Amino acid sequence: MRYSGLRVIKEALTGHKGWRPAWRDPEPKKSYDVVIIGGGGHGLATAYYLSKVHKITNVAVIEKGYIGGGNVGRNTTIIRSNYLLDGNEPFYELSLKLWEGLEQDFNYNAMVSQRGILNLVHTDAQRDAARRRGNAMILNGSDAELLDANGVRAMYPFLNFDNARFPIKGGLLHRRGGTVRHDAVAWGYARGADMRGVDIIQNCEVTGFKIENGKCLGVETTKGFIGAKKVASCVAGSSSRVMEKAGMRLPIESHVLQAFVSEGLKPVLDGVITFGAGHFYCSQSDKGGLVFGGDLDMYNSYAQRGNLPVVEDVMEGGMALIPAIGRVRMLRSWGGIMDMSMDGSPFIDKTHIDGLYFNGGWCYGGFKATPASGWCYAHLLATDKPHEVATAYRLDRFRTGHMIDEKGVGPNPNLH
Amino acid sequence: MIINHPLLGPRDAQEFTYLGDASLIDRPDWQAEDAADQFHEYVYLRENPAGLHKELWFHEQGDRSWLVVTRNTVTHEITNVELARDVARARGRSK
Ligand SMILES: Cc1cc2nc3c(=O)[nH]c(=O)nc-3n(C[C@H](O)[C@H](O)[C@H](O)COP(=O)(O)OP(=O)(O)OC[C@H]3O[C@@H](n4cnc5c(N)ncnc54)[C@H](O)[C@@H]3O)c2cc1C
Repeated sequence: MRYSGLRVIKEALTGHKGWRPAWRDPEPKKSYDVVIIGGGGHGLATAYYLSKVHKITNVAVIEKGYIGGGNVGRNTTIIRSNYLLDGNEPFYELSLKLWEGLEQDFNYNAMVSQRGILNLVHTDAQRDAARRRGNAMILNGSDAELLDANGVRAMYPFLNFDNARFPIKGGLLHRRGGTVRHDAVAWGYARGADMRGVDIIQNCEVTGFKIENGKCLGVETTKGFIGAKKVASCVAGSSSRVMEKAGMRLPIESHVLQAFVSEGLKPVLDGVITFGAGHFYCSQSDKGGLVFGGDLDMYNSYAQRGNLPVVEDVMEGGMALIPAIGRVRMLRSWGGIMDMSMDGSPFIDKTHIDGLYFNGGWCYGGFKATPASGWCYAHLLATDKPHEVATAYRLDRFRTGHMIDEKGVGPNPNLH
Repeated sequence: MIINHPLLGPRDAQEFTYLGDASLIDRPDWQAEDAADQFHEYVYLRENPAGLHKELWFHEQGDRSWLVVTRNTVTHEITNVELARDVARARGRSK
């Protein structure tokens, strides 16, 4: 069923009796050409592009819970193409271009909203760094504008400009960045993949691999063995747990990141802002809630909840930047498990086991990567060659010294 | 989280900074044949378990000692705290 404005009107007039489930709920077949582990944004996008671009449709996505229950449904929905390094920026620029055409492409309203992202700067050194980053972005086909304090004031007059410790001196504005309705991304990709024949199998956990003579033959699951010519792991925060079953140790630590939503307010913040002097970033959802977050809890965790000191730290950051939110009440907070890599950059690669592929290490920034991650992973699975914008995302890059460390903080996953 | 410091008693985890897996104590021998491989594993690869995890915490806003904390990464429950010095010595390091 194609969705359209006309369809909405027709259904409204006929008692909404014509809507059908957006994807099937099939039992797994004995084997597939490709089995994707993990029904998050990346797994579903991979299935979608495999079936749509590469016409590989004998594919299953195996999800241990329900699709969209992982980080794809827990993030703060920000998309952007504002990276510095050559290994990264072309990839994120492809991702943003795919976001720009996504809703037409998969016929689903994902509420892609290019409302602009403003990274504030508070010191001269930060301004220099912002200028450098902006130039790198422009060289890679993205957009960036450096604003002075007055430029920022014209956009957001209510910010705390003259704070004695953190005066706002300007900001780097990335107009094409913005937000997207996160679970709609999972649903849209799921529906598009299902329509082309992909089986989405929920409530089915992968518990092991069948590996013989260095070749992966399929996966053991709670619904029995499923054979596969290629197995593609795509489980974000669970990466180490799943790949350990194939005997692999990864350059990844799992950490918890929290996010928060306030009560609904009238429209006050029409873009995304990030504080440059503390860990706080914020946007306003279409329902009116301020959606914001800050830093990791800093210690390894698989609990999808964090602790109070970080809550306090994030609120303090918010108050330092936007004193006007002092009386706003918090509605909800939650946590998600991040696959923090050793250099802060992801992996899209083959493993040393024939037929076993790995996608992970997305840290707190994998939502924006969803379309390009699916695009490039599908390319790798279909052609056995890395996509040209993802050639740097190799698992052996630490051994060869080709880290992609945007922040330059070394092998400390919680600092990226 | 409360960390029961072996010398100072229960302290708020906020007084500490976190480094990571306590296997970082076992720095490989730089003269070994396969030193490059060993260092690659030591610096970059992690068990990252869901469950009990031995990890290094530094009492930065306290007595500045390093601790080995055994903590469950699924529940955040701390079951054992030792001075990293004692752990390292028991393993034959920094005599
Ligand atoms: C609080 C928070 C805020 C964030 N904010 C942003 C942001 O603003 N912008 C941004 O770009 N990114 C953000 N991120 C990061 C982003 O959400 C993730 O990097 C991204 O969603 C990870 O990819 P995914 O969608 O495929 O992961 P997930 O949705 O987590 O998918 C992985 C799936 O694998 C399944 N799985 C795990 N183990 C197994 C198994 N054994 N068998 C079968 N299935 C299994 C899980 O159930 C899960 O559904 C944020 C994350 C959090 C937690």
